[in-house]
Amino acid sequence: MTAALLLCALAWLALGAAGAALSRRDAGRIVVYGGSLGVSLIALGVALASLGGEARGITLPLGLPGIGMRFAVDPLSAAFLVLVDLGAAAASLYALGYGRHEAEPWRVLPFYPVFLAAMNLVVIAADAYGFLLFWELMSLASWALVMADHTRAETRQAGFVYLLMASAGTLLLLLAFGLLAGPHGEYGFASIAAAHRVRWAGAAVMLLALLGAGSKAGLVPLHVWLPRAHPAAPSHVSALMSGVMTKVAVYAFIRIAFDLAGPAAWWWGLVVLAAGAVSAVLGVLQALLEDDVKTVLAYSTIENIGLIFAGLGLALAFRADGLALAASLALTAALFHAFNHMLFKSTLFFGAGAIQHGAGTRRLSELGGLIHRMKVSAVPMLVAAMAIAALPPLNGFASEWLLLQAVLLSPSLPQFGLKLAVPAAGALLALAASFASACLVRLYGMAYLGRPRSTAAATAHEADGMSRAAMIGLASLCVLFGLMPTLVLSHLAPVARELTGISLPARPGWSALTLLPVPARQSSYDPLLIALFIAVTGGLAALGLHRFGSRALRRAVPWGCGFLTEGSAALPAGAQYSPAGFSQPIRRVFATTLFRARDEVTMPPPGTTAPARFASRITDPAWDGGALGLAALVGRAADRANRLQFLTIRRYLAMVFVTLLILLATVALWA
Amino acid sequence: MGLIVHLALQALEMAIALAAAPLLTGFVRKVKARLQRRAGPPVLQVYRDLARLVAKEAVVPEDSSWLFRASPYAIFAATWVAAALVPEFATNLQFSWSGDLIVIVALLGSARFFQMLAALDSGTAFGGIGASREAMLASLAEPAMLMIVFTVALVAGTSQLSTIATYMHSGAEGLRLSLALGLVALVMVGLTETGRFPVDNPATHLELTMVHEAMVLEYSGRHLALIELAGAMRLLLYMSLIACIFAPFGIAPPGAGPASLALGLLSYAGKLGAGAVALAGFETTIAKMRVFRIPNFVGAALMLGLLGTLLLFMSASL
Repeated sequence: MTAALLLCALAWLALGAAGAALSRRDAGRIVVYGGSLGVSLIALGVALASLGGEARGITLPLGLPGIGMRFAVDPLSAAFLVLVDLGAAAASLYALGYGRHEAEPWRVLPFYPVFLAAMNLVVIAADAYGFLLFWELMSLASWALVMADHTRAETRQAGFVYLLMASAGTLLLLLAFGLLAGPHGEYGFASIAAAHRVRWAGAAVMLLALLGAGSKAGLVPLHVWLPRAHPAAPSHVSALMSGVMTKVAVYAFIRIAFDLAGPAAWWWGLVVLAAGAVSAVLGVLQALLEDDVKTVLAYSTIENIGLIFAGLGLALAFRADGLALAASLALTAALFHAFNHMLFKSTLFFGAGAIQHGAGTRRLSELGGLIHRMKVSAVPMLVAAMAIAALPPLNGFASEWLLLQAVLLSPSLPQFGLKLAVPAAGALLALAASFASACLVRLYGMAYLGRPRSTAAATAHEADGMSRAAMIGLASLCVLFGLMPTLVLSHLAPVARELTGISLPARPGWSALTLLPVPARQSSYDPLLIALFIAVTGGLAALGLHRFGSRALRRAVPWGCGFLTEGSAALPAGAQYSPAGFSQPIRRVFATTLFRARDEVTMPPPGTTAPARFASRITDPAWDGGALGLAALVGRAADRANRLQFLTIRRYLAMVFVTLLILLATVALWA
Repeated sequence: MGLIVHLALQALEMAIALAAAPLLTGFVRKVKARLQRRAGPPVLQVYRDLARLVAKEAVVPEDSSWLFRASPYAIFAATWVAAALVPEFATNLQFSWSGDLIVIVALLGSARFFQMLAALDSGTAFGGIGASREAMLASLAEPAMLMIVFTVALVAGTSQLSTIATYMHSGAEGLRLSLALGLVALVMVGLTETGRFPVDNPATHLELTMVHEAMVLEYSGRHLALIELAGAMRLLLYMSLIACIFAPFGIAPPGAGPASLALGLLSYAGKLGAGAVALAGFETTIAKMRVFRIPNFVGAALMLGLLGTLLLFMSASL
């Protein structure tokens, strides 16, 4: 199994080379994306086959001399492989059509398969060296993809900050693995997990992993690069980065904190839970304030990562206190949500790409009415928006329902700190869920509904067949796994058993379709039945009304408070609410202190006919203070180091000599 | 035979939710009118209004899509299913296990989601203003509702509403501080979600103040009838919810005989009547709030709910 996956990775690397060779020809796109689609499907099949199986390893004579490079697929790896390869297959299918519009395909084609290979290899790596190597390869490949449109200044800045954050994240993970390896330098995951280490080392490893993996996943306040870098890439790559790469970071955190770092202290869960809950609320609140479709989606990724980490934090706390079933429930909820987020976030990014290509703009304030011109792709977008807004009976609600059930189990946690923090985190998660609903209403309503706000939106055209197929495929999975969540949950059982020692109880026959995570508590949810009830009642209403009531329907121009378009009976598009206007109440209530949201109105002096001006500003402290400050610091340090390039040969020799002396002294002192 | 009885009871529960909702709304209006020394419309006026709307042609805005026409059905269906999941006169009906209290909250959230989308689809300023305000209110009311759910679920040990009602009915709980906080918060959330005073005025069309009415302004005919009926069912849902958690007396236990069921129906009617009088009295004595004062009101509900949950996390006996 592992060998088959390694062959898949090799095939991807070969496709990367082919992409570099053929990048200026149309065949390049078909070879790279078609090939990636095929390889992803094979890898997906292998991953599905190895879901329930035993961990089997393989050692290649690569990497560090004498140690080799180990790979293994255990249930955790297999579950994330399914996620990665399903997302990769969908993105490749989408790109078969969407890639045609690429301005400079040679900046995308060589890196895309390498990116896919790196994400697969991170998940199956079974030693620290391989893990870090492929992690860095994943970062660099995605950085190259982000820089595909390098002519825009914002993209260059986003790429630079991404590179900085990715390097810092890798450095922290390197330190974490350094602590894990211990004095004997055991790099294999099996021997790391078996080793005993002092308590502070385990805690330090967990914190380093939270910071290192969290910066890649987009936890606040390490998230600043994400909403700038993800939207800058081509849309299928945005989907991969938001839907899949953040999950590889989640995998890294689970692997280190649950598997490698050893027994957890109760406060680990508290830290992770707090980071997750705060990320969820701040991420979605900022998503509500943005105008660019892809930026909105990227901020919403931060929210969902927050939900996933909140679940992981609960699982850590439950596990540390020996509540295995509750830990299993929280972990299963987090993993299920990670999978669901890949499905609907990829769909939404595909849709954003379709909007960008079809309408020529991604700004919500220039869109509107796309449902009339993009009839087919508007439907999977609506399904994905409903799923991410956690509406029953779709998959996003099923995973959030499980997460809330885990929160309800937490009064049994003995520690006072957790007793205070869990209800507060629960309130934050509820707040995030209601913001998410408002955010998706705003996104969908402004882009697809109403009347077009610009001629670009009025003349938009539908996406191509491949793109639509990818969107419909993923949206159907959102519906399927929403109606039958046990299809996924039963496959997550081995993972829960591996990490918490117990899996959620499985029930026989038809009753398996009802979610009943903790039988003793009787809280149940049957999505299929709820969906059936909604369909029957809605159908009855439609039938009854059309049978016994009036069936007449007339279209008319609505009253627009006196606003009229010159020379036509229609309402002017500007009479509609704008995206900024829609979020104004929420901005005023919630963002005034958090993001220093300010509205400025400049009125012309009395008697003049100049228009009044309105401006709205928000400041994100994490970007202005944190990321830009860090970028300036690195810039200054680089300027200093730059002087070292212009020394005389005599000085270089002296420096080499001094370095050698220091090294020798260190070795002498150590031994 | 047993199954048929169970199915019939479940159907009766659904039918009551649908048929009694306009009556409840009409009764509240009548009591309110009498309190204001007006004669008021007859109690059955709501049914007549609905019948008239159903018979009329539907007018939709020129640029609206299929979503505008489909939304009333989605709103109606989601609200009806949610209302039928709340125990009215008996617990543990045939399908009561298909969703818990969180599912009920989420179903109401779905109805609101489509309501807001439809408002934006109408392409007018009023649709936008209503959806925008609804989003702000919901952003506080929904977490407040979930906190109340947490409070109740922690006391009863489950989030399954039938089991909660049975547990509360058993009298195992005396007076508890957390439940009192939850009740106050639930009333506040209920007033917000059903668009009553002091949050919204169900009888106004004044653009400065309206929230829910602004969203449905472009609806007419059968579409409006469905939305009005869904609004009435939402009021019934919140009253049934308060009744079955905080005043579960008289509710028929699982497998009850005809006498017990009749008692359940009678006591349910009595509870709804008492709730309607209380609501009308409250609305008569209070003024509507400014839009930007409402977050304070709903935020207070959120804080009360959070306090109730916190108390239960601290000590299981509070």
